[in-house]
Amino acid sequence: MDWPFLARTAGELLTGVPLTLQLTGIALCAGFVLAASVAALAHNRLAPLRWLARLYVGLFQGTPLLVQIFIIYYGFGQIEYLRSSFLWPFLAQAYWCAIIALSLNTSAYGAEIIRGAIAAVPRNEIEAAQAMGMSGFLLRRRIIWPQALRYGLANYGNEAILLLKATSLASVITLMDVTGIAYRLVSKTYRSEEIFTISGMIYLSLTFVIVGCVHMLERWLLPRNRV
Amino acid sequence: METTQPHIIPASAATTAPVITTRQLTKRYGALEVLRGIDLDAHEGEVISILGASGSGKSTFLRCLNLLEIPTSGSLTVLDENIRFRQQGNELRIADQKQVNRLRSQVGMVFQNFCLWSHKTVLQNVMEAPIHVQGRNRQEVRDEAQKALDRVGMLNRADYYPSQLSGGQQQRVAIARALVMQPRVLLFDEPTSALDPQLVGEVLKVMQDLAAEGRTMLIVTHEMAFARDVSSRIVFLEQGTVRAQGTPQALFQGGMDERFDQFVSHFMRKT
Ligand SMILES: Nc1ncnc2c1ncn2[C@@H]1O[C@H](COP(=O)(O)OP(=O)(O)OP(=O)(O)O)[C@@H](O)[C@H]1O
Ligand SMILES: [Mg+2]
Repeated sequence: MDWPFLARTAGELLTGVPLTLQLTGIALCAGFVLAASVAALAHNRLAPLRWLARLYVGLFQGTPLLVQIFIIYYGFGQIEYLRSSFLWPFLAQAYWCAIIALSLNTSAYGAEIIRGAIAAVPRNEIEAAQAMGMSGFLLRRRIIWPQALRYGLANYGNEAILLLKATSLASVITLMDVTGIAYRLVSKTYRSEEIFTISGMIYLSLTFVIVGCVHMLERWLLPRNRV
Repeated sequence: METTQPHIIPASAATTAPVITTRQLTKRYGALEVLRGIDLDAHEGEVISILGASGSGKSTFLRCLNLLEIPTSGSLTVLDENIRFRQQGNELRIADQKQVNRLRSQVGMVFQNFCLWSHKTVLQNVMEAPIHVQGRNRQEVRDEAQKALDRVGMLNRADYYPSQLSGGQQQRVAIARALVMQPRVLLFDEPTSALDPQLVGEVLKVMQDLAAEGRTMLIVTHEMAFARDVSSRIVFLEQGTVRAQGTPQALFQGGMDERFDQFVSHFMRKT
């Protein structure tokens, strides 16, 4: 074992952690807002809006994230209209392209989780609320959303873990996240086994952090006694 | 042929104001005509048991009364307010959700499957609607919720979640949840049908006390003895129409309506 090399490598890889966490965190938040909007569309009274929501989900679930990243980073630059729009300062940067691609991608999965969680709220408990005079936003805020949270939180936690690992694809458009740094080190030293093992361990620890956060959220939001 | 004509005795207790009035209420699901023109006046203080075979439309009728089902045609008056509908295609829709919410908050409903909110404790279940629908003061509501739970014998379970209670206990909480709204009328849809036989009594006891208090109640039930002994009027539905109605004495002594007698003897044999 070449301990000094391992320590140096770990040190360098760790400098990618803030970027990895940034990508995960921002995409998770932006993705959730998008996901909630898409899920709302999926429940809309108007059929065309429901189809739109389904198309959106199908599109992003049905194509590889890598392709989505390439299209946003390389493809959008070809469109003259975009180059002159206010979006260009963002689309010209790999960082924002990665965040956009990750947000859109995770929002498609998130929308499905939210839709499923809302659909899982027992119909008769909603009826009981309506029978007491609740409707509209009050019904959602007091009964439907808290219940849906209970059904959806664990699934959304899983999505966050998948997202964390998906951020490693951002390295293909030059971002120096943990994986980006790993590639650079490998091309310098050719010691891929050690380098990728350490980067794997870093992702593993970050995953444990997310799992811990989800458990804490669950304990805070969902009293233990209810099932 | 004479004996197959429906028998209707006009309600005798028509001296108090009607709380709920339906006129020619119908409900259709596609081609299936579930309610075929029901006229009913429920007066203040009446305890009306709605009996009928499975599929005769009892639940549908009861659910129409607080608009959980929207009638296909006819008129419905609740607490002196005529419910406003609007026509959409060949269906009626609620025209004024605020009106419906206001009336629903004064019409308590108890379901067959209790339908307590599983994410809230017993006390939270009971306090929810008075605070958030009626906008009443939290402290005052807490006191009343505790009183309501006490009267159904559930105060010592105030901090339990519904999943930790027996069916009979859940149903008593559901009754307390309805009571704390200070409803003008209570609707019960087979409140004991989902209960183990040994738990039925505790719920019927609570309902009997409410009846004795002079509360206006409409009860869909298969508990014949309870209907006979507690209600002031029986309404017998058959295939979506009122086949017979009258006092329990008049109906249960037999000979008034052949179909009702058959229905009762069928039940007595089963139980
Ligand atoms: N949402 C619905 N869609 C279609 N048909 C329905 C619906 N709800 C009820 N029905 C039908 O309407 C008829 C009357 O149903 P309802 O539940 O009112 O009967 P019930 O008298 O309460 O019977 P039970 O004693 O079994 O509860 C049944 O034939 C039922 O299948
Ligand atoms: Mg029924």
